[in-house]
Amino acid sequence: MTEPLRLIVNGAETALDVDPHTPLLYALRNDLGLKATRFGCGSGQCGACFVLIDGHPAPACDTPLWSAAGKSITTVEGLGTGGGLHPLQNAFLAEQAAQCGYCTSGILIAAAALLAKNPRPTESEVRAALDRNLCRCGSHNRMVRAVLRAAQE
Amino acid sequence: MNTVAESRLKRPGSFEKNPRLSQWLRVHREGAVSIFSGKVEIGQGILTALAQIAAEELGIALERIRMVAADTSVSPDEGVTSGSLSIQDSGAALRSACAQARALLLERAAAHLGVSAGDLQVDDGTVRAAGRSTSFWDCADDALFDCEINETAESRSPGDYRVVGKPAPRRDLPDKIAGRPRFIQDIALPGMLYGRVVRPPHNFAGLISLDDSKIKSMPGLVAIVRDGGFVGILAEREDVAISAQRSLRLAASWRGVDPLPRDVPAWLREHAIEHRVISEKENAAAKSRAAKVLEASYAKPYISHASIGPSCAIARIDDGKLMVWSHSQGIFNLRRDLALALAMREDAIVVRHAEGAGCYGHNGADDAALDAALLARAAGGRPVQVQWMRDDEFAWAPCGPAMTLSLRAALDPQGNIVDWQHELWSNGHSSRPGRSQGPALAAAWHLARPHERPSAINMPLPAGAADRNAIPIYDFPNQRVVNHYVHEMPVRTSALRSLGAYANVFAIESFMDELARAAETDPIAFRLRNLEDPRGRAVIEAAARRAGWSNWKPAEGRGHGIGFAKYKNLGAYCAAIAEVEVDHEVRVNRLVLAVDVGLVINPDGVINQIEGGAIQSTSWTLKEEVKLDVRGIASLDWEGYPILKFSEVPAVEVELIDRPELPAAGAGEAAQGPTAAAIANAVAHALGLRVRELPLTYEKIAAAISQSM
Repeated sequence: MTEPLRLIVNGAETALDVDPHTPLLYALRNDLGLKATRFGCGSGQCGACFVLIDGHPAPACDTPLWSAAGKSITTVEGLGTGGGLHPLQNAFLAEQAAQCGYCTSGILIAAAALLAKNPRPTESEVRAALDRNLCRCGSHNRMVRAVLRAAQE
Repeated sequence: MNTVAESRLKRPGSFEKNPRLSQWLRVHREGAVSIFSGKVEIGQGILTALAQIAAEELGIALERIRMVAADTSVSPDEGVTSGSLSIQDSGAALRSACAQARALLLERAAAHLGVSAGDLQVDDGTVRAAGRSTSFWDCADDALFDCEINETAESRSPGDYRVVGKPAPRRDLPDKIAGRPRFIQDIALPGMLYGRVVRPPHNFAGLISLDDSKIKSMPGLVAIVRDGGFVGILAEREDVAISAQRSLRLAASWRGVDPLPRDVPAWLREHAIEHRVISEKENAAAKSRAAKVLEASYAKPYISHASIGPSCAIARIDDGKLMVWSHSQGIFNLRRDLALALAMREDAIVVRHAEGAGCYGHNGADDAALDAALLARAAGGRPVQVQWMRDDEFAWAPCGPAMTLSLRAALDPQGNIVDWQHELWSNGHSSRPGRSQGPALAAAWHLARPHERPSAINMPLPAGAADRNAIPIYDFPNQRVVNHYVHEMPVRTSALRSLGAYANVFAIESFMDELARAAETDPIAFRLRNLEDPRGRAVIEAAARRAGWSNWKPAEGRGHGIGFAKYKNLGAYCAAIAEVEVDHEVRVNRLVLAVDVGLVINPDGVINQIEGGAIQSTSWTLKEEVKLDVRGIASLDWEGYPILKFSEVPAVEVELIDRPELPAAGAGEAAQGPTAAAIANAVAHALGLRVRELPLTYEKIAAAISQSM
């Protein structure tokens, strides 16, 4: 095995002694116990495993560890600050913006990236920003309302 | 017979199998009540609604209710969480059980305080009389509920409801939104191994050869498990299990099965083996007035469940006992089929429900449970977690059956329907566990001593399956409805949200519009003319009002349309109005739905279910079709099986008609058929041309245009 890989996850630095080709998803879920990032398709087509890498939403299923090493990775567990929830998470609760909730993490990540870039998006900008994320239960409109609500707070 | 009796219970709820009060609830000293329901959370919010019912009848705060995850060792057997029946079955049972429990608690409290029950003042479990107090938590012990359910205690009257009928936040969402582990996929047990099963993306008759020489030395590989054509991997790491699965799949060769049909609707019509007339009405005088006859055929493809999270299970075998965690809709039926497949006794198996990703019918959850159990045999007592990959899910989970339908009707000179004929061809809509002689679990068909794959069957009317909602709710003097059952099953089919109702309502309501046009009548006026049921009329009128139907401004390429049904002809009423624009493709701009589910338990829950159902149905109707090649399912990823995206989702408005005096019906499936029909009718309105084959893609529209020329 080569040198341990240095990862910065939710602000904390950690070293992992695993195959550098391992997808980031399994390092997060199984080595670091961060289960919010979920497997959906394995090929970056559904968004269920989105994490922020240096602020950009990226599919963890399709990102080898070596390419994430040294970069700042944020998962849903690290979205909030000071132990509290991120405004998006509060808005999702207020709007009851989920049914099964499996796609929720990836959508929160994509929405957080949007609001960081564009704090006052229009509805169609929100929809465009979430178009790489799939939801099967039909909670789209509630989630769009929740993102707009978070943007107003 | 192509039908089996579904567990239709004579007594309210599920008391036939679970007659003891102690099976339903337990009061804890610390001021909480555990509720045992056999129904499971599948993303629909049912445990929140059931908690509301329990809190209401016990007269305590909602926060005091703990819903216990269904488990074959502690929960009442309430069959399958399906068919929009949970509020009806488990809700009615809990209402009755909790009313009886409250009466017993008050009786004992009165004895403690030395007063009569009528003198008690009760507030959230605290009981006061004559300046002294006690509580439910002090009064209860295990003996108190060790009695038969007697159904004599009076339930609270709807006029007094304080919890039921009010929006209640979903109990599972705080975890899911905060990103805390909640799903079965998130469970990590000490020493857990990761498993994957190696299957080709098509059905197969057996394994010809398997060259495992390349992966045997893979670091972290624990075992390659082989039992006939069942091949699985066990690894210390999940990513290693996946790599091994991918490599082994390339190193395996499989014996094929018969090629799949190319023209599915034609194949279905040729292969029906049973032809059952399910409704017949005759009125010769009316028939003789027929002046104009219309005929049309419709088709619906195989549809995938396409849940975002592939199926998953965990199993552990310890000292001859099998423990399984599953997101199955029917844990008791799964236990039975696991016992058959593994040649174990049922009492040596416990199945515990754990939440999975959205479930819209019989998906791969049960299959994954057997996969995990087979791999657990080689795990030396360690737990094994199996999650299917995306292509496993598309290829191996059962599909909603393809259907084809022919309708024929006659109008009299005044434009009244005097004759109606509806014929449908379909495979069965259920191949769930627990209903066949052998196990209905994929791995069981590939073992060295294989079980036969059961064919899908249909549950009997009135709920029906392929023929669900095939009998029109309108009042026609002559009618004949025929269900042609296809036993042979080239693609594995089973229950998908609303079963045959989706296709039947799509066809009936499309045809109603074709007839309205022939009768030169507004589609809504035409429906109302043929419909007596006042609750049906009310939802149609409410939807029309809310959508501004009569103020529609015609514009090039735009159209609006309506669809209506009473789900199963005995559940919720739903009318949908769609507004679309058709350019290259169909875009649904707006959906307005009016719904009557009787008594509303959780208004926000009903709206969420109807809205979600309408959006999912929009996706089915505009985009979805399981693609086949001769070997099997060819749509194995999201590019091959696209679903509706955020930017394509219409605005959805839901209007609830609350009827607190009427029994509560489920909401989960009511919108599927009406939404499809509303969109199809709106597209016909926009194009001036009828597209009768789903999905309403550019290709299907182009084909309809070229056929019309």
